[in-house]
Amino acid sequence: MSVELTGAEITIRCLQEEGVQCIFGYPGGAVLFIYDELFKQDKVRHILVRHEQAAVHAADGYARSSDKVGVALVTSGPGVTNAVTGIATAYMDSIPMVVISGQVPTSAIGLDAFQEVDTVGITRPCVKHNFLVKDVTELAQTIKKAFYIASTGRPGPVLVDIPKDVSQQKTKFVYPDKVTMRSYNPVVKGHSRQIKKAAELILSAKRPMIYAGGGVILSNAAPQLTELTQLLNFPCTNTLMGLGGYPATDKQSLGMLGMHGTYEANMAMQYCDVLVAVGARFDDRVIGNPKHFSNENRKIIHIDIDPSSISKRVKVDVPIVGDVLDVLKELIKLLKAGKEKPDQTALKEWWKQIELWRERDCLKFDRDSKIIKPQMVIEKLFNITKGDAFITSDVGQHQMWAAQFYKFDKPRRWINSGGLGTMGFGMPAAMGVQLANPKGKVACVTGEASIQMCIQELSTCKQYKLPLKIINLNNRYMGMVRQWQEFFHGNRYAESYMNALPDFVKLAESYGHAGMKIERPEDVEGALKEAFKLKDQLVFMDFITDQTENVFPMVPGGKGLSEMILV
Amino acid sequence: MENEAGALSRVAGLFSARGYNIESLSVAPTEDPTLSRMTLVTVGSDEVVEQVTKQLNKLIEVVKIIDLNDGSHIERELMLVKVRAVGADREEIKRLVEIFRGCIIDVTDKSYTIELTGTSSKLDAFLEAVGRSAVLETVRTGASGIGRGEWILKV
Repeated sequence: MSVELTGAEITIRCLQEEGVQCIFGYPGGAVLFIYDELFKQDKVRHILVRHEQAAVHAADGYARSSDKVGVALVTSGPGVTNAVTGIATAYMDSIPMVVISGQVPTSAIGLDAFQEVDTVGITRPCVKHNFLVKDVTELAQTIKKAFYIASTGRPGPVLVDIPKDVSQQKTKFVYPDKVTMRSYNPVVKGHSRQIKKAAELILSAKRPMIYAGGGVILSNAAPQLTELTQLLNFPCTNTLMGLGGYPATDKQSLGMLGMHGTYEANMAMQYCDVLVAVGARFDDRVIGNPKHFSNENRKIIHIDIDPSSISKRVKVDVPIVGDVLDVLKELIKLLKAGKEKPDQTALKEWWKQIELWRERDCLKFDRDSKIIKPQMVIEKLFNITKGDAFITSDVGQHQMWAAQFYKFDKPRRWINSGGLGTMGFGMPAAMGVQLANPKGKVACVTGEASIQMCIQELSTCKQYKLPLKIINLNNRYMGMVRQWQEFFHGNRYAESYMNALPDFVKLAESYGHAGMKIERPEDVEGALKEAFKLKDQLVFMDFITDQTENVFPMVPGGKGLSEMILV
Repeated sequence: MENEAGALSRVAGLFSARGYNIESLSVAPTEDPTLSRMTLVTVGSDEVVEQVTKQLNKLIEVVKIIDLNDGSHIERELMLVKVRAVGADREEIKRLVEIFRGCIIDVTDKSYTIELTGTSSKLDAFLEAVGRSAVLETVRTGASGIGRGEWILKV
């Protein structure tokens, strides 16, 4: 015997049942009943953002840093269209998320009602799945499915669109214990014969390489990746999304690979004879030119939970479909059980070659510069936080420098929009990270262009007292655009100069935050130390950096990994 | 796939978003009313068809996919065609319809409406035989396919 609840009550009860503690949103007409129910309870905390894009990015940052499903709540029409950028960002990076959106009443759907958009239609290409709930009796089951789909298999955002009348209607509330869907049964276990083949190939390697991506982070397999790498004494490179999957300060780490990867990582990628790809997808920022990459005679093992990621851009020899964590455990077990080891003499030679590449010191920069070098700021940030901070970033040069110079030893510490490349992601994502990790040090590495895309969130940070440290690498340019214009467009800096910038210090102060402007290299360290001492305060640090600095190494678009431009 | 609103648009959307071709598409509920069966004809290299299959499998509402080209199969398409039929042509067209094992399902003093089933190439051949100039209107369903013999697509 259960009492009847309204759709709005059911929505909130479902969130409680899922153990959701914190959601991000913005109210509006179509979600008023849901907000009313939120108001009446205190289990689910609601964070009011200043723009729906930020709600989704914050839910995203929350999910990435905590391994929980992020939840955002937005209203119909513009609420949803504002959220789309955030949803697409989460989709590209496979982030588990549930977005609940209000919709106009069912009787008004299709009549061009006020604040009506075809939410399911608009979001379809950028969600793992979406639902329009037309009947309140299906609401609880649908939300259960949404959480299940979002968090299993290759994770992703799932949207549940709830018309206003459905949130008013009443029905008995029963939260299902589990869901069974005949059309959705993600594989977890890898095929044992394939794993055996992989082990044999690994043992035959003379120039091995491990290439690990975001899948390692998502499946919480960093300890297993580390164990495998160290068991074999193989070199390991991480993708932008995979940073922290293998400790960056370890000598077996070759750093990041790809367009702005290290010389040693890219060269080892190109010249290895056995490549073990783990939860990575050979995307165009990693393998710019698959034809160039395929010219080399090498065997590839590819572990991924998504079959469609396998042999999409680069044909592989031993595909293993399964959860990275599960497959790595099996692989380690198999390798430990056998007595065999890879050819140690060949491996020694290979490491010698890698060390020669490493000696190229591809990340060097002018340390005696009289102007602040952005790389130096990140290096100091790393030293001062002892590599233990959560670092979010926006998109552009600063993102690459953060990825190159902050040595991530732990997973879920590096939060960035790798796939979609969304400017404006950094600060709202950092809010989510801070809420998921109230005691953690959270810094947002950004630029003066990116930060302005969601600058309104300084207000949210004030309301919830989020003590973020904003590291603004201010070079008065959309740096990465400027860099491409310098390299490929004859130094014609079309519209990439950031004119009419605000006084960021005053801006931060106007929100009640602390602001600092740092103009001399010798002041960088002191300023950072001071900022992190202000434990309870958001500090906006405006670093006036070298305008001409470029990100190196660089593999130009369409080029092979070994065709890097070096500093 | 699940017989649900929106399932078809997910399939169609996937093809346009990823730049695959849909040559034809035919879909209707099955004997199990919760399921629809779709026959989709596409053209592409083995790699493309492999990706299409994998991507379709990822759609939550898609229950099962088979590539009918993996085995021996039968495919049929239905066409309704309205042709100009006057004077001596009337008899000639009737004979053609018999040869192609179609049937005339509507008649006026100037036209026949013909129902014809077969592979797409058979339907094309019929149109050629009648002569393009005689054809007033056609409507085709796109191919429906099924495996031969014991080969069954079962959920």
